[in-house]
Amino acid sequence: MKVACSILVMAVVTYLIRMLPMTIFRKKIQSQFLQDFLYYIPYAVLSAMTIPAVFYATADIPSAVLATITAVLLAWRGLPLIAVALAASGTAFLTALIEKLFF
Amino acid sequence: MMTTQTKQAFWKGIRQGIPIALGYLSVSFSIGILAVKSGLSVSAAVAISMTNLTSAGQAAGIGVIAAGGSYLELALTQLCINLRYALMGLSLSQKLDSSFQHMIHRFLTAFGITDEIFAVAVSQDGQISAPYLYGLILLPFLGWSVGTLLGAAAGEILPKLLTDALGIALYGMFFAIFIPPMRKQKSIAFAVLMAAGCSILCKYGLPALSSGFAIILCGVLTAAVCAWLFPRTHAEQEGQS
Repeated sequence: MKVACSILVMAVVTYLIRMLPMTIFRKKIQSQFLQDFLYYIPYAVLSAMTIPAVFYATADIPSAVLATITAVLLAWRGLPLIAVALAASGTAFLTALIEKLFF
Repeated sequence: MMTTQTKQAFWKGIRQGIPIALGYLSVSFSIGILAVKSGLSVSAAVAISMTNLTSAGQAAGIGVIAAGGSYLELALTQLCINLRYALMGLSLSQKLDSSFQHMIHRFLTAFGITDEIFAVAVSQDGQISAPYLYGLILLPFLGWSVGTLLGAAAGEILPKLLTDALGIALYGMFFAIFIPPMRKQKSIAFAVLMAAGCSILCKYGLPALSSGFAIILCGVLTAAVCAWLFPRTHAEQEGQS
């Protein structure tokens, strides 16, 4: 019972955070500054979420760094999302495998 | 009746959701393992994933439940870690087309705002429709739920080497989203570099700050500075949405 209530608390709080802005802001925001602010938000938030967290996303830092370099190079060349995502994982996997086999 | 346009938008969402779903399958696998290790049942683990759909929030929530924390503590933890979704919801609210006139679509799709779904949705040219957003959310939701079930029920079948490597897939996707626009626009390159710098400062300079709050702080500060330094012309604002 306690666990069920806990899950409910988590779910309700998380849902309200997501739902309120989507339902309250139904009109186009008129302020030029706010429009520009919201234009830059995705890039700023994604970047802050990725760096430095990406360096801790695998088993160790070297595999994460090599995977990051691969991802940045491929993204720079404009490859699709899935290609960049899989290449990053593949690089991390190969690096960890080589470390395991040779070190 | 579904019009051709509706179907096309829905399937476009489905296609774009595939890489997210694959990433979620692996991340939620480890959430499932964590939940069972923390003493929760398999059904509780799956119920948490199906009702919350968030990695950091769930991991923290499971920790609070395992430690016997109060409901208030649980609610505050979720609020801190997940508040960034409010910022994303606000950003997304400006991109919704007329199909969202029906409030029900806002209530339902809001449930599916995650870092990755937001990132893909917001990077679309022009406005987005309700069928597109449903399509985009569907596979990641299934991936997240099934991954949790597998992780909780089957424990560590996948070799650790593989699950570790899959953990970086979602970040690879983020790079693919924010790097190409950096090449086209200096102001975006500035935003990305400034936010990354702030984030590094928070992580190592203010380790007590939760990662959820750090993201909000860095995001808001950077976007405000960029809006002030690089205001867009009226034509640019019209062209964007």
